[in-house]
Amino acid sequence: MTLQRVVIVGGGHGGFQMAASLRGDGFKGEVLLVGDEPGLPYQRPPLSKAFLKHGDSARLDLRPSAFFEKNEIFLMPQTRVTGIDPESKHITTCSGKEIAYDHLVLATGSRNARPPIANLDLKNVLTLRNLADAADLRSRLTAARHVLVVGGGFIGMEFAAVAPTLSVNATVIEGAERLMARAVSDTMSMHFLKSHQGWGTRIRLGQFVSGLLDDGTGNVAGARLADGSEIAGDIVLIAAGVVPNSELATDAGLAVSDGIDVDDLLRTSNPDISALGDCCNFPDPLSGRRVRLESVQTATDHARTISKRLTGQPASYTAVPWFWSDQGDLKLQIAGLGAGADEHVAHEPEKGGLVVLSFAAGRLVSVETVDSASTHMTARKLFGSGRIVSKPELAAVNYNLVDYARAV
Amino acid sequence: MTRLIFVSPDGNETTVEASAGDSVMQAALSGTVEGIVAECGGAMMCATCHVYVADDWSPKVGMASDDERAMLDFAASEVKPTSRLSCQITITDELDGLTLYLPDAQI
Repeated sequence: MTLQRVVIVGGGHGGFQMAASLRGDGFKGEVLLVGDEPGLPYQRPPLSKAFLKHGDSARLDLRPSAFFEKNEIFLMPQTRVTGIDPESKHITTCSGKEIAYDHLVLATGSRNARPPIANLDLKNVLTLRNLADAADLRSRLTAARHVLVVGGGFIGMEFAAVAPTLSVNATVIEGAERLMARAVSDTMSMHFLKSHQGWGTRIRLGQFVSGLLDDGTGNVAGARLADGSEIAGDIVLIAAGVVPNSELATDAGLAVSDGIDVDDLLRTSNPDISALGDCCNFPDPLSGRRVRLESVQTATDHARTISKRLTGQPASYTAVPWFWSDQGDLKLQIAGLGAGADEHVAHEPEKGGLVVLSFAAGRLVSVETVDSASTHMTARKLFGSGRIVSKPELAAVNYNLVDYARAV
Repeated sequence: MTRLIFVSPDGNETTVEASAGDSVMQAALSGTVEGIVAECGGAMMCATCHVYVADDWSPKVGMASDDERAMLDFAASEVKPTSRLSCQITITDELDGLTLYLPDAQI
């Protein structure tokens, strides 16, 4: 059966890559990319980093409009999808328009979580997910003196690293006992804690915000912590994780748990619908565990896998997960998934930086590096090869992954 | 404006007008040059904006840094002494006429 029309819901990195890969793989049918934001698909990682400094949104476009014309990718910006009818195979948009599909790809991403904090609706309580959020934050920073960041994950810490360069003080309030706890090892958390403190950022760990303070005119004036103490601040950035945008899938009767359930081919429980990126949970090829990952790499590699299948070359998703976070002059790179790790070995390479190797039952599962690109890339190659790398093998080479890879 | 000339593996040339301060990668994307993927958007986290700098331009453009070289080791196509990640080449007025050869594959 030849597909006539693929409709992609969501114009982020994954949605864009889905459209681009279909054309790259020779798909001749119609490609519709439906997104709820205005403008062209753009890069999100710079929103919490370089964009806050330069503010030039044109530099974020993933491709110019000529690319979409040339490749006959039909863009439908500012179009929120309100429903899917899997029986008659069409979607409905916010304006009531019905669009038929032969295959539907859900690339709906995630949205910022709203933690249970009183007074979240005060003015100058902001989030950071899309371009509009970043532009709003950036414009308000010019008048700000002290920003409170609720959440010490990647987004919160990337923002906190930029704040001092914009002459704004930042205080990070994190509920866990360490920074980026969901993503990195203890040693790496500690490394970044010290660095941020050195840049002048105050960090309160193991503290929850119970409520935000009103200055009497509806603007936020600070936060009250669960221990009763108060911290003043004229902007509060809520960076307390995300929730997957899976409601459309739920309403359409698809299987959904933490995100839209997909199999190793990234098919949902309906054969005519696939899902990719932040909004889906999929079997991790290395560990076999079901995971939901929030990263550009996952979204774009998912898209490539789906495109291959839709153009007649089906194969399981096997890409190695990788992540990065630029904070100040530190470049954190992660290859693999450390979530199931039970043992960590840290060492500082001669050239500087930091390497943390994480093991699960004696097998290397994740490599975190700071300023050690060769180790990071070696890890990606090793994980990609499927080779099982054991702790004793690495101990024999003083945990130097590059030396190990050269020898095997 | 600075002119950049991209040469595809089959010899087709595309000339792009670029602004000083932008990266060669940004100029290639803006000019819809085929063969530059730029997966990470210029964060030096991948090697999908790989180019070969024309031999006579190579001294002016300079060599890859150690970190850039480490990423290039992961490139899909052959790495040569003139290989660069185009996201790491900043366009200046002196680079007017810069010629860059595209590799066979980026992924």
